[in-house]
Amino acid sequence: MKKFRIAALPFAVYAGIFIVAPIVLIFMYSFQGAGGDFTLENFTRFFNFSDPTYLKVLWRSIYLAAISTVICLLLGYPMAYILSRLPNRVRGILSFLFVLPMWMNFLLRTYAWMTLLERTGIINTFLTNLGLPTWDIMYTQGAVILGNVYNFLPFMILPIYNVLVKIDKSVLEASADLGGDSGVTFRKVILPLSIPGVISGISMTFMPAVTTFVISKLLGGGQNALIGDLIENQFKVTGDWGFGSAMSVVLMILILGAMQIMQRYEDENDGSGGVLL
Amino acid sequence: MKKIFALTLITAMLFSLAGCSSSEDVPTLTVYNWGDYIGDGVIEQFEEEFGCKVNYEMFDQNEDMYTKITKAGGEYDVVIPSEYMIERMINEGLLAELNHDNIPNMENLSQYVLDRDFDPGNKYSVPYMWGTVGIVYNKTMVNGEITSWNDLWDPQYEGQIFMMNSVRDSMAVALMTLGLNPNTREQADIEAAQAKLIEQKPLILAYTGDEVKDKMIAGEAAMAVIYSGDAANILMENEDLVYVLPEEGTNLWFDNMCILESSEQKELAEKFINFMCEKEICEINRDYICYNTPHQEVWDSLDEATLHTYPSADIIEKCFIYKDLGEMAKVYDEMWTKIMVN
Repeated sequence: MKKFRIAALPFAVYAGIFIVAPIVLIFMYSFQGAGGDFTLENFTRFFNFSDPTYLKVLWRSIYLAAISTVICLLLGYPMAYILSRLPNRVRGILSFLFVLPMWMNFLLRTYAWMTLLERTGIINTFLTNLGLPTWDIMYTQGAVILGNVYNFLPFMILPIYNVLVKIDKSVLEASADLGGDSGVTFRKVILPLSIPGVISGISMTFMPAVTTFVISKLLGGGQNALIGDLIENQFKVTGDWGFGSAMSVVLMILILGAMQIMQRYEDENDGSGGVLL
Repeated sequence: MKKIFALTLITAMLFSLAGCSSSEDVPTLTVYNWGDYIGDGVIEQFEEEFGCKVNYEMFDQNEDMYTKITKAGGEYDVVIPSEYMIERMINEGLLAELNHDNIPNMENLSQYVLDRDFDPGNKYSVPYMWGTVGIVYNKTMVNGEITSWNDLWDPQYEGQIFMMNSVRDSMAVALMTLGLNPNTREQADIEAAQAKLIEQKPLILAYTGDEVKDKMIAGEAAMAVIYSGDAANILMENEDLVYVLPEEGTNLWFDNMCILESSEQKELAEKFINFMCEKEICEINRDYICYNTPHQEVWDSLDEATLHTYPSADIIEKCFIYKDLGEMAKVYDEMWTKIMVN
């Protein structure tokens, strides 16, 4: 036990400096006015119901992130499932291919989407040459969702895949022995056992999607600004760190709340063998 | 064993990379300039001639630069902001007075760009580039000619217009269209400009920064609000593009080199400024950046086509120069945020 504590010391120091201290700072800034005095103004400005400019942005961010997460789940779960069913060698190569794009810089990949999607871009040039109508998606919310799904899909697939490959084969055999066909086995055995992976997949895609600011700026064209863009703007351009921090605090509390709810949901399902759907 | 060997090799490689950047006894000058705003090889030439090292960093907007310096402890020697920001920084004591004895090349600069209201006598700043803001349009995509800021509100160009993602420039376009003073500090005027820009939003394809150049070359939209130099640059790439200074007049701007009061390399910084005013360097910059040069001889040697992108005398009469907005800058920012998120 004692040894363990000494080993944990470097992490404790690291966490103190790079995780706890910045959060404390953000928290302090969020209660500071322009002159450094204590104020709640930053929060009242955000939660101004007679002029809900900022609340609308928050809502738009949650809405787009939720849609992106659902699409990731719908695409990611079957992919992870198919992947987990493949022979070992193929599986290794394919999961490597899923991670491969992540070796490239995130910004670069998003810029590449601009070249693909714009009116004179590769996809539309191709469509025009075939005599088909063009797809005017650049600088819309659709483009932001597409960017989110593309960038965060691996974060959905990998945790689900990890859970699925670890399911004990004998459990599946037991289900078959008891007369369950593949549909029943999936619904009553595989799906419930994979829920922890789904939960962590959801939080790993939703969180970056709700806080993103690069994707919305590049693919959304500025008019589809998200809460991340507003925060960036407060820190970088306007220099109102108090208001920027207040928005960050609101966002953190929101994410924390969402995680708590999902955690509880997971606990309830854990071991009880309860069936979803 | 193999693994350990590989690991050692990688570590050694990383360290040798790190080794490249350490040069302790050479003085270092940190320059903070706009993105894509200096000719190729200019920095290297300065480093070689003066035996120093230059850290070159870039920003996209005056406001970015100001926030970085005042709030985020950015340490720079030479910065190149625009006139209204220089005025603000002088008022706040952020800039150092220049020793003109160390900048003899200032003599070669045009009288036109010197001694402007934002820095009388050029005590704090030396011109780097200057220009205007106008509309660039693709003549195959519009009906007739574009002549006025009002054309940016023409409903037939829905989804065909790029505006700038910059508070001052976009608000100024709206204020000029309304016939109001682009340096206004009146709340009512600012609100009117905000309403005007919100009205325009359905027509806008995107609010862009530097990437507008590539987009207009590719023909993504019919027109864009653009800085004169960027326009000159892209006119060479796509012959369907036309640059026009709207009849209502436009913004005339100056980007000047300044030295921060906090700089510990003031003398080297002055040498840098002097170097940038040399004829040869101004020529390289003119050819690369395409903005208007402050150097008289370089200006005189321009060809007809380039000279066309310089504002004519009657346009200049209708031009205005930005002034520092003081406390109202915040109101502009807030209005702009609301336009963007509405």
